Amino acid sequence: MSVANEPSSPGPGAGAALAGGLAPTAPRRRDLRTYGLTRRQLVWRRFLRGRAAVAGGIVVAGFYLTALGANFLAPYGADQRFIEYLYVPPQGVHLDQQAGPYVHGLRKQVDSETLLTTFTLDRARKIPLRFFVRGEAYPVLGAFTSDLHLFGAAEPRMGVFLLGTDRQGRDMLSRVLIGSQMSLTIGLVGVVLSLILGSVLGVVSGYYGGRIDEIVQRLIEVIRSFPAIPLWMALTAALPQHWPPERVYFAITVILSVIGWTWLARQLRGKVLALREEEFVTAARVMGASDARIIFRHLLPQVFGHIVVIATLAMPGMILAETALSFLNLGLRPPLTSWGVLLQEAQNLESLRNYPWLLLPAAFISAVVLAFNFFGDGLRDAADPHYARA
Amino acid sequence: MIAFVVRRLLAMIPTLVFVSIACFIIIQLPPGDFMTSLQALAASSGSGADKAAMDNLRHQYGLDQPKAVRYIKWIAGFPRGDFGYSFEWKRPVRELIAARLGLTVLLSVLSLALMWLVAVPVGIYSAAHQYSGTDNFITALAFLGLSVPDFLLGLIYLFIGIFVFGASVTGLFSPGLADVPWSAAKVLDLSSHLFWPALILGLGGMTQLIRILRGSMLEVIGQPFVRTARAKGLGERVVIRRHAVKVAINPLVSVMGMQLPQLISGATILGIVLSLPTTGPMFIRALTSQDMYLAGTFLLFLALMLMVGNLLADVALAWIDPRIRYQ
Repeated sequence: MSVANEPSSPGPGAGAALAGGLAPTAPRRRDLRTYGLTRRQLVWRRFLRGRAAVAGGIVVAGFYLTALGANFLAPYGADQRFIEYLYVPPQGVHLDQQAGPYVHGLRKQVDSETLLTTFTLDRARKIPLRFFVRGEAYPVLGAFTSDLHLFGAAEPRMGVFLLGTDRQGRDMLSRVLIGSQMSLTIGLVGVVLSLILGSVLGVVSGYYGGRIDEIVQRLIEVIRSFPAIPLWMALTAALPQHWPPERVYFAITVILSVIGWTWLARQLRGKVLALREEEFVTAARVMGASDARIIFRHLLPQVFGHIVVIATLAMPGMILAETALSFLNLGLRPPLTSWGVLLQEAQNLESLRNYPWLLLPAAFISAVVLAFNFFGDGLRDAADPHYARA
Repeated sequence: MIAFVVRRLLAMIPTLVFVSIACFIIIQLPPGDFMTSLQALAASSGSGADKAAMDNLRHQYGLDQPKAVRYIKWIAGFPRGDFGYSFEWKRPVRELIAARLGLTVLLSVLSLALMWLVAVPVGIYSAAHQYSGTDNFITALAFLGLSVPDFLLGLIYLFIGIFVFGASVTGLFSPGLADVPWSAAKVLDLSSHLFWPALILGLGGMTQLIRILRGSMLEVIGQPFVRTARAKGLGERVVIRRHAVKVAINPLVSVMGMQLPQLISGATILGIVLSLPTTGPMFIRALTSQDMYLAGTFLLFLALMLMVGNLLADVALAWIDPRIRYQ
């Protein structure tokens, strides 16, 4: 089974060692300066050196902060409908020297042949924007409600749709912002679940070996024999239609982690297999430490960095999986709003042709995934200097 | 070598048994069965469903038997090529899936070939000209390719097809050509309809391969045997092509086993987005209508494709890398 992994393992280490051998002076001087730093500080310093990784981390943090304040940043509620403004194209923000920021008004046209209503921007009219306006109420921390929004039209009756509106006249920007809460947290919860499953089963499997190990490995093999998307599709299709949204949300995170944990478990098992032969484990055992103490006190801290790296690298996959499943009408469904749910609107050719801005959520998905990839890559390089930079 | 392949094949059998059981259980997960979803459909369209007729149908399809019995019956048919009966299409599953599975395999193989055709030269170039403008450009592009999922690329492809070319980009044939007999024009039409999906499908894997090959090339180029080759006066071209690439290509083969699941997953979802007659569209329909034998057989065959593909990747690796032990 492990034939496939054979040649790749000795490679990267050898390359890194060689690169060090060719330029012996630089690392040595750095060693003196970093003498006395803890391992965590060393990793942090190495991470900060990668510019792309830091930028990725900042973008990721920005996305999560935005999601946290989405209700305030969004001018409207996710399901607030403007019945007279269906399929409005994105209005760009302009700046007027006296009046401040404004958007152009909208002109409604009805095609005499197809009876299709379309909106065009009316450049003669200006709708001024105002900051901190009152709008739809939303809950804050579950304790109280607020109706304060970062910006909105100066006249409440006028709509401002920076990214356009959809079939039901809902503001796309607000939906993208509020949808990010679902899309970004579902990956987070899914990763945490697979971390718990993967670390417990991986560490136990590596530490005890024998029968337990065999069962866990067989289980992993069976799960890995399925391609991810079809398996996820089959599992999510089994969710009853009448389930409340919160339960569907939780069920999807569980389904996503069904496959996710196997990667972590395999890797951790390998690490623990090697570590359990080390002297410090023997020493702990001789001193009478229980298995639980050895695992939690001695082994888990050793592999902690590894776990964090794998978790970060697993995030983009989780986000994409949720998006793909929701896009196929198998994942989250209205009234929940996620980026995948938003993309459902862009599914058919007709709406893609007439209302291309419905595809905009895709840009946000790609941006966050790209940022996560850079971030995770840098984290891995920092935590594991022997891993050759590909 | 043959003993190695036989051993691997034998080891696959127990896994396959577990996988088939898992398939059956997953397909049974939704509450109710095909008849209940039929009933729900009938109720929504206003016509009341006759309970007796439903039970009659249930009995006819064997849905009233215990699960274990149904599983045994279903799986016992496989060696004979009998995969059960599709309730929705009222035809044997085998007739329905043969062409679709074939097309999925064709699409996957095509995209694998494209992946390698592009990734190998680009990766080598990128490594041989490390940190040059082109190399940096390729690296940036590779990261971008990694971040845009295939179904989104599919949507963008549809989008471009409509706006830029105004052409039909869905399905396998241009309208009007689907029902005419095979001709050169039809084959050309088919390949043009398959090329872009295959490229989209392979893009993620391609960027991965480029990055891996670049890394492994850089590592190999620094090794003593390459220095020796240069020292004895070989041209750079020969050093790279004859000495470095031969060693550096190995990780690419071993990563193929990891890329297959992505490819099969991608082919499923891309088939749905571009409405290609691959497994995707029919699989998702079978899932939602609880057409259990059809859905289960699809799932099982997709898993089988993956397992066989992994086996082939391992064999290929053992073939090209003599350092591998046939344990």
